[in-house]
Order: sequence, then C-alpha cells, then structure tokens
Amino acid sequence: MSWFGLVWSNLFRHRVRTGLTLLSVLVAFLLFALLRNVIESFSGGLEVAGVDRLVTSPKYSIIDPLPLAHLNQIAAVDGVAAVTHANWFGGYYQENSNFFPKYPVEPREWFSMYPEYRIAPEQLEAFANTRTGAVVPASLAEEYGWSVGDRIPITADIYPRRDGSRLWEFDLVGTYTGPPGESEPVTFLFQYDYFDEAAQFGSGTVGWFVVRVVDPDAAAEVASRIDAAFENSLNPTRTSTEAEYQRQFASQIGDIGLMMSGILGAVFFTILLLTGNTMAQGLRERIPELAVLKTLGFSDTGVSLLVLAEAVLLFVVGGALGLGLGALATVALAPTLETVTGVFQLSWTTVALGFALAGLLGLAVGAVPALAARRLTIVDALREQ
Amino acid sequence: MTAMVHLDKVCKSYRRGKEVLQVLEDIDLDIEEGDFVALMGPSGSGKSTLLNLIGGIDQPTGGVVEVAGQRLTGLSSSALAAWRSRHIGFVFQFYNLLPVLSAVRNVELPLLLTRLSRRQRRRNALTALEIVDLADRATHKPGELSGGQQQRVAIARALVADPSLLVCDEPTGDLDRESADEILGLLGILNRDHGKTIIMVTHDPRAADHARHTLHLDKGKLLVDAAEPAGASA
Repeated sequence: MSWFGLVWSNLFRHRVRTGLTLLSVLVAFLLFALLRNVIESFSGGLEVAGVDRLVTSPKYSIIDPLPLAHLNQIAAVDGVAAVTHANWFGGYYQENSNFFPKYPVEPREWFSMYPEYRIAPEQLEAFANTRTGAVVPASLAEEYGWSVGDRIPITADIYPRRDGSRLWEFDLVGTYTGPPGESEPVTFLFQYDYFDEAAQFGSGTVGWFVVRVVDPDAAAEVASRIDAAFENSLNPTRTSTEAEYQRQFASQIGDIGLMMSGILGAVFFTILLLTGNTMAQGLRERIPELAVLKTLGFSDTGVSLLVLAEAVLLFVVGGALGLGLGALATVALAPTLETVTGVFQLSWTTVALGFALAGLLGLAVGAVPALAARRLTIVDALREQ
Repeated sequence: MTAMVHLDKVCKSYRRGKEVLQVLEDIDLDIEEGDFVALMGPSGSGKSTLLNLIGGIDQPTGGVVEVAGQRLTGLSSSALAAWRSRHIGFVFQFYNLLPVLSAVRNVELPLLLTRLSRRQRRRNALTALEIVDLADRATHKPGELSGGQQQRVAIARALVADPSLLVCDEPTGDLDRESADEILGLLGILNRDHGKTIIMVTHDPRAADHARHTLHLDKGKLLVDAAEPAGASA
C-alpha cells in the first residue's frame, strides 16, 4: 500500500456519497468546459483577424447604417489600399434554430479583401454574374445538404422585400473554404446589388466597411484619418482593427465573458459549499480513525495532509472526468454550434485551467477539515468512541 | 535488567471549568524490559491516563516520564509522534482498525512512516499476520472478521514495526471468553518468545493472571501489591 492508496481507500469509504459528490464536481467541470468553449469562440476569432484590415462601422451603434457613398471617400483616404462593405442581414433557413450569419457583399471585392477564403474562380464568376447568387462555406452546405444549383429560401427578420414578403430566395452558385488548419468560415454570402434592389428599406446603405491598408504599421493613423473624414457628417464612423470590431460587436450582444464567468462562479461556489459540507461530515465520522493514525506515529501535519489530499483528489478526479466528458460533448456539439460561434473546440488552455481550478477548489474545500484534523488531540478523540 | 519505563513523581490533572481534577498523583514506577505488567483498578482510577502517558500520547502536568531511554516530558508533538512510531505498539479495546483497508493493509499502516520499500512493507505485514496466525485472512476487511480476529490484526499492526513496548488498553474488554483467552495467550507468547515488554490495562482478574506482575491504581495513586513478586516496582 502507498500513501496514495491510503488516500484513495479513504475517499471511497462511502461509495454512494463519494459517487454523488464526484458527479456534482463532474457536472460543474463539464459546464466549465462548454462555457469556456463559448468564451474562447468569441476571442478565438479575434486572434485570426487580419492585421492589415480595418473595419469602419457606425460610431454610435451597429443598428445605424452607413451610406454607401462613404465608400469612395474612404477609398480616397491616404494609406487605404482597398475597400468593400457588408451588412448584417439576419434571417433564418426554414426554422428559427437554423441560424448562421448572412451578408450581402460585392462578390469580387469581398473575396479580394479576404484572400484566405478560397473559392473556385468559375464559382466566383458565377457569384458575380448571378443577381440572386449566393456562396456558402462548404461545411455549411454539407450540414444542410445543399448543392450548387439549389435554390435556398431564407426568411428575413430584419429586411422584408419591397413586396412585403419576408421570403428571400437565393441560387447557390458555389462554396468556399477557410485557410487549412483554421476554423471554417460560417457566413452565407449573397449579392449586395440584389439586396439593395429588393429590400423594403436600407437602400444605399451598408452595415460596415472593410478597409485594407497599404502599411499595417500605419493602420492606426489610417483609422484616424478615416474617422476624421466623417467626424462632422450625419454618419460619423469608428474605425478599428477587425479584432477590436468583433470585440465591440460581441459586447453589443452583452459581455459574453462576464456572463459566462458569472454562471461558472455561481456553479463553483455552490459546489464549494456542498462538497465542503460533505467533507466536514466525513471528517466528523472519522475522528477516532484519525486519532489512531496519530497514535501510530503519523504527525499532525501528515494527518492533515491526508485529509487535504482526499479533497484535492476528489476534485481532480471529478474535474478530469468532467473535462473528458466536455471534450466528447465538444466534438458532438461542434458541427451545430460552429455555425453560430465560428469556433467551438476545447483548448489545452481550458484543460490546464480546469485542472488548476480543480486543485484550488480541492485545497479550498479541504483546508478547514485538514486544519481540524491537525488540531485533533489523540486522547480527546479516542475518548469520544 | 534495564528499566523500559521510568516514572518519577508523575502527576496529571485536568481542568473542568473552574475545577481542577487530579487524575494521577505522584506516581513513581519502574518497569523492566521484557516484563508483562497488568494495570488494574476501578473505573476512573487513572489506568488509561497512565497508559497514555507511558505510550506518549499525552503529557503529564508534573514529574518525569522516561520510556525506552527517551525522556518524553517536554517533547514536541511531532517528536513524540516519530518516537511512538519507532518504540510503541498500541492495542485498543475496540481494535480501531480502518474499515476501508484489508487486514494486511491495516497492519502495513505504521510501515508507511518508514523507509521500507512497498514490497518489504507488504512482506513484513504478512509476517506479522503469520505471527498472530491470520495470514489466511490477509485480504479480508475488518467487517469480515470476528472480534477476536480483528484484535489479532490490531496486535499484528502493533508488532509490525518491531516496537520495544506494547501498551494494551483493555485488549480483551470487547471479546468473549474464548477469544479473550486466545488474545491473552498471544500476548504471553509475544512477551516470552519475542521479548516484548507489555503493559496491559484490564478490569479482568483472569486477564491479569496472564501477566507477570499486577499493579493497582486507586484514585490516581499506585498501590503496592505485596503478593506480587519483585519486578515492576512502585
């Protein structure tokens, strides 16, 4: 028998109690893994954003559109190499739950702006030449079983058509993919001209501009020049890096990180109380046994470390199981969630953070019982038998 | 023969509220190495307290306790723990085995504090179980053993680190007559054949008959038993 064997045996003396406690820790860490995936999906996109691209958006709110006329003025700003634009279209395919981003764009300009997205030249040509044409990420086409030539109906929730109908129909003319080794793109792209003509409102406006700068090192100066050009106009702008823009976009939905952290904090606090209570109860039952260990020659520190190790082991085992289950759940959920979040994967950072958290929680839960075990006097404890 | 236990004017008192309870009073005692001493007396006479002081799990409020050549008075808690692990084997009335561990693992417990390898620890634990004739129950948990068998496992645990002194607090107090006789016979063998010094607290005169000497305590004072031959000297 080893010290570890002693700790392990003590941990499982009440199999049902330990099993239930382990289950609660497992569920907490499963939740931790999944929520961390969501948090990282928002910041993950930020890290892959191009450093030579800026986004010019409305200064005050993403709901305010910008006039398309800004495009030429932006293109004329010193240091700007290219400009294109996009809109947030909203809408859904068949059911509300079938959500993925949809942008009306200028086909050639868009793929020129994002060379990392790969599309067959003939499909890009078809996209540019088909008024109702659309291209989608290959993964999205696979998910919904679409093929080139299919007509895809999208129900609009923001932009009805001029005839009052909310049904927009697009002809799928191609698919595109992201750079190898990186997360798949998720956006359904269709012709801006078609949107501009057919939408009931919003004609001549765009949601944001994407700007390529000549010199990435001078991006900050270019951004200032663009915003200065519209400072006194009816539609002032705010230009930032793609990363910053995505962060701002996410923050308008809500502080995702704060919300997720709040949920996790509540979960772990509850686990802390429940497990702490269980450990304290377990200690009370074992006072004579701990006194016997001391009688045999185990030091006060040795006995308290045994108790502490049980708590840490409980959390590490529960955490490992929870993270393992989280990894499996991530694989299972990724195809569905990646259409919304872009990236949905369990990172090594999350795993390392999970184990560190498990260790810390174990120490926190075990600290009080360990201290009590340390203070236990043999004579008093044996007298309680 | 040299003294295994030397007590000089040992006192022990407890404070209960404002009242001071004198449990032991000016105890002078010498127990020689290899002796088997029964400690008797009515309830509350201080037998277990005296045993605790000799076993190094409690400290006197006055006087000197010296066991196996070590002055225990004033030793720190950790020093006492280390000393106990090397020199003292404890046998309790209620066995006090860890219910989650098998017999052999219970016996192995004190060896976790040594530098022995895992294999050597296991081997020594099995040898100790053989001495108490329970090798065939090595993998049984305490709940699967009778009271007598559990006490034999407890004795094996007390023996396994080869201590010089066994302190037994009512080792037959929870056993039927037959099991009690087995345990007392075993203690006799350990004393005679293995040279262990044994101090046993008991209420049972028949148990005390197995000892070489009997000491009587009453109201915290040691009484000289004139009928006893010389050996333990009070």
